[in-house]
Amino acid sequence: MNLHAMRAIYLFEMARAGRTVLQSIIAPVISTSLYFVVFGAAIGSRMQAIDGVSFGSFIVPGLIMLSLLTQSISNASFGIYFPKFTGTIYEVLSAPVAPFEIVVGYVGAAATKSIILALIILATAGLFVPIEVQHPFWMLLFLVLTAVTFSLFGFIIGIWADGFEKLQLVPLLIVTPLTFLGGSFYSITMLPPVWQKVALLNPVVYLVSGFRWSFFGTADVHVGISVIMTLVFLAICLGIITWIFKTGYRLKN
Amino acid sequence: MQNIISVANLSKVYASGFEALKDVSLDIQRGEIFALLGPNGAGKTTLISIICGLVNPSTGTVLADGDNVVTEYRAARSRIGLVPQELTTDAFETVLATVTFSRGLFGKPPNPAHIEKILRELSLWDKRDSRLRTLSGGMKRRVMIAKALSHEPEILFLDEPTAGVDVELRRDMWEVVRQLRESGVTIILTTHYIEEAEEMADRIGVIHRGRIILIEEKAELMRKLGKKQLTLQLQEPLHAIPDGLGAYGLALGDGGNELIYSYDADAEQKGIADVLGALGKAGIHFKDLQTSQRSLEEIFVSLVSERS
Repeated sequence: MNLHAMRAIYLFEMARAGRTVLQSIIAPVISTSLYFVVFGAAIGSRMQAIDGVSFGSFIVPGLIMLSLLTQSISNASFGIYFPKFTGTIYEVLSAPVAPFEIVVGYVGAAATKSIILALIILATAGLFVPIEVQHPFWMLLFLVLTAVTFSLFGFIIGIWADGFEKLQLVPLLIVTPLTFLGGSFYSITMLPPVWQKVALLNPVVYLVSGFRWSFFGTADVHVGISVIMTLVFLAICLGIITWIFKTGYRLKN
Repeated sequence: MQNIISVANLSKVYASGFEALKDVSLDIQRGEIFALLGPNGAGKTTLISIICGLVNPSTGTVLADGDNVVTEYRAARSRIGLVPQELTTDAFETVLATVTFSRGLFGKPPNPAHIEKILRELSLWDKRDSRLRTLSGGMKRRVMIAKALSHEPEILFLDEPTAGVDVELRRDMWEVVRQLRESGVTIILTTHYIEEAEEMADRIGVIHRGRIILIEEKAELMRKLGKKQLTLQLQEPLHAIPDGLGAYGLALGDGGNELIYSYDADAEQKGIADVLGALGKAGIHFKDLQTSQRSLEEIFVSLVSERS
């Protein structure tokens, strides 16, 4: 195994985040703080508690998930798209590096960055609302699983995209709506029965539900199902990436 | 001499249907400088890209020091350094960071002393903390060479290494290439500057329309195909070649003031003596003479145009 290569790619990507600290860390923290001001303080004070949890605290896991998903996708897609765009990808493709090692380097860095961001947002939320984490191990597991899964998804988008527009297309048109409709700001039990069934088709529901369970011990779907669904999505992403490297899709002629 | 790269029956058909390489077979010998010449679109970059793992071959095999570049890519690629034609650099990285990154990517442990040595040899040490976007095109080219050398390759591919660099820098790079060869590195270069191949290469390959049409030692090629020319400046201009001199294939130049005799470089020098003798007998006197040899560029152009 080429550990030096994995380390080189990982550190290269982490250094890139260091140079763009404003857009990587500060911007998401500011936008999350605005959510807390609007939904937590302004509107939340007039909302009743959900499952015994104040609305301000209730939305914390959903908000963290929202940032975790979007940042994982954006970090990983940009990380692999940019060398494709500038042409520097030639070096990675001509290096004695296995596809697995390339993925570990890029996806590992993207996931690390979004996990750090999620923890910063969690700390920021603690300034606005009281937070308790009933199952810290499960919280971290969901954090890591979701970050890795959606970084893999972002990596696929970065390879598929042949322009900056496409890079934004999937996050904007699919991921953000699914996240907002996935119970980030409400429990899906608050929806009419038919829409509750429809909501179960949304994979983000399982992520938010499982993550919220790790905080408050209450969930829309069983935590086991949440873990299984996350693992299924992870396996699908791994399958697609394996196919990409096997065929050279959008990487090699 | 031992082969370090063996290309056998290599073909490449792109998805568009374009056949970039047609049954190419080629051996590169350890320690040589091999120049691959060919017009635009001949298949030079495709051939290099397949050897380096950037393009998948349609058929055929490539061995780098005995390792198949597809099935044993780790061993094969760790021996190869590539300087591509395009100046592709990470604009926001520093010189030192990008060269250090390349070494790690190729599986080598950090070695700041080696990186410093390369940067000094390429006159980049003073620029080590500069971001790549602030460098000139020539300096970026040096950085790409430094990146390719960072992992101590045994084989170095230089795809148009001096395209767009000034004459002074070109001379510097030739010097670097010579030093690398002396240290045992095998160098394969493609170039549009035939002067570059003539100056540096041990062997020359010519590729045209996806086929290798010639592989030859440079000296042998020049000897075989490098026609020589004897030009005599006449004391009195001639209007036509005298009848007695018709057998020598002479031509008139400069409005009859010059008499030109072309001969093969490896032909017996007796031809010149015969011509001069015949001229004396015909009462034709000359005031000066000079000989010249056909350049590699002329050989290349005639080879390619013959097959067009």
